[in-house]
Amino acid sequence: MEDKTAYFDNSASTRLDERVLDAMKPYYFDTYAVATSEFAYSMGIDAKEALEKARSTIADSLNASPGEIVFTSGSTESSNMAIKGVTSALKKKGNHLIVSKIEDFPVLNTAKALEKQGFEVDFIEVDDRGRLNTDQLAETITDETVLVSIQHANQEIGTLQDLESISGICREKGVLLHTDATHSFTRVPIDVQKIPVDLITIASHTIHGPRGVGGLYIRKDTPLNKWMDGGFQEFNLRAGLENIPGAVGFAKAVELVTEEENRQIKALRDHLIERISSEITNVILNGSKEHRSPHNANITFHYVEGESLTLHLDMRGFAVSTGSACFSRSLEASHVILGIGGDHERAHGSLRFTFSRYNTLEETDAIVDAIKEIVAQLREISPLYEKK
Amino acid sequence: MKFPYSEKVLDHFKNPRNVGKIENPDGKGLEGSPACGDMVAVYLNVNPETLVIEDIKFESYGCASNIATASIITEMAKGKTLEEAKNISWKQATEELGGLPTVKAHCSVLAVEGLRAAIRDYEEKHGLVSEKETTTEEVVRRRLKHVMNPMAGLDIIRTELVTKIEINEGSVRILIDLPSDHQFASAIKEDILEKIESLWDVEEVKVVFTE
Repeated sequence: MEDKTAYFDNSASTRLDERVLDAMKPYYFDTYAVATSEFAYSMGIDAKEALEKARSTIADSLNASPGEIVFTSGSTESSNMAIKGVTSALKKKGNHLIVSKIEDFPVLNTAKALEKQGFEVDFIEVDDRGRLNTDQLAETITDETVLVSIQHANQEIGTLQDLESISGICREKGVLLHTDATHSFTRVPIDVQKIPVDLITIASHTIHGPRGVGGLYIRKDTPLNKWMDGGFQEFNLRAGLENIPGAVGFAKAVELVTEEENRQIKALRDHLIERISSEITNVILNGSKEHRSPHNANITFHYVEGESLTLHLDMRGFAVSTGSACFSRSLEASHVILGIGGDHERAHGSLRFTFSRYNTLEETDAIVDAIKEIVAQLREISPLYEKK
Repeated sequence: MKFPYSEKVLDHFKNPRNVGKIENPDGKGLEGSPACGDMVAVYLNVNPETLVIEDIKFESYGCASNIATASIITEMAKGKTLEEAKNISWKQATEELGGLPTVKAHCSVLAVEGLRAAIRDYEEKHGLVSEKETTTEEVVRRRLKHVMNPMAGLDIIRTELVTKIEINEGSVRILIDLPSDHQFASAIKEDILEKIESLWDVEEVKVVFTE
């Protein structure tokens, strides 16, 4: 364990699968032409074919058509493209946007940027488990609303939203729905034939694919203005030379995720929650127990400060993330924990564990053992502990 | 392994010196609050003849910078007179630790403030505060620099939450730029009362939130 980090921060990024790298390599060394050269020489045709095959694979995973997938540089770009693209295209219809309070930064900060430009934005509340009140959503939609953007799985507490109800409400009210599925894509399937969501942000880096590549599902005929000018790539919606090795790697990563693997990841995650809940006092599981992405556990350890806990864990070879303000450069505590009604103390003592295909039972047990010791040690020196 | 902290910070973080509580201490200081994410308690035993700090301990609910600074401060203060210990600055503590990330300054300042609060507590209890300073706006402002704004992790003066301070015959009125139903309103109010009510010539403190 000493020379190798046991990594439990897979919502931040995952280790690239070697099979993904193998699939990508030929598109760096052999077929390195760009797809726009398809009418010039055969290497261009090969490149174009690889790109379209990757698009098909990704479309299949959502039960969508290949023409509904646009490759991007990752989820930040995808969410920007969806929100800025739709609000710009529907400017004449209205200027009202709805997002949840606990969205990840690509959505939250895009909404805030639009607000500065004069857009009306409603940041709607979630309950103490992080679930959106769908009645409240329905009430917030007005004639001016052009887009609702509600994530699928939360980036920190893993709570899954009821996309079926949310998309039903949006459809009924004639409003477009975007969902950021960065932290659920392939872990919790979405079938766009069954769920009428219009735009979906997806990413490769959370499923052992390469970084710097993502995608946006855009339902056919969704009004969307391009927000980056340049060439005519990606159905004239996203300018810039295609990242073909990236797209191929992304598709390979999608292919490699299986239901069996998701079950295994969930079992490890449940084992961690079970052991921590039964062996350590004064802990809370943040987020919903039942509506939760299978790879996420987020737990508050009362009376200890998260950065101290993560640093001690790092010294013992474990990588985790915390919602503590001291952990972030901005010195702001997790807006998600605060958004579910938690106070700053709860945010400060929260740890996020996110699992992947490379986590093992042995290291899961080892991290729980380490946490038990460190939490006891930090509580021992905490002026808060014995007072409570 | 690489860390954003110096070797010495890590050493004091991993093996903090003088940790714990002194039962019935001669002086005690508590700074910060769980709401702002860092809290430190400092306990002193002082030789009444020589005014030398004979024993010092601390407890911390805080991050690495907070724990390490509290640890080094206790080492620096032990064996010093109250006057000498009072003059230990945050800058000296930081230098002694081999530097701290700038962004973490406020977490470590708290430890220095904890020591000073413990010394002040001793002095007040033992009648060593010779001149009783009249409470002025400046005095209130200085004390309010120890009340944290949990939204920013900085104090309420620096983050301009305090819009007005009025002092009138022992009555202090402090206007805070927050609605009274804000999630941190009561925590901030409590902290303000604790810091201002103890002033010798203050009879009443009113914290007024904007509506």
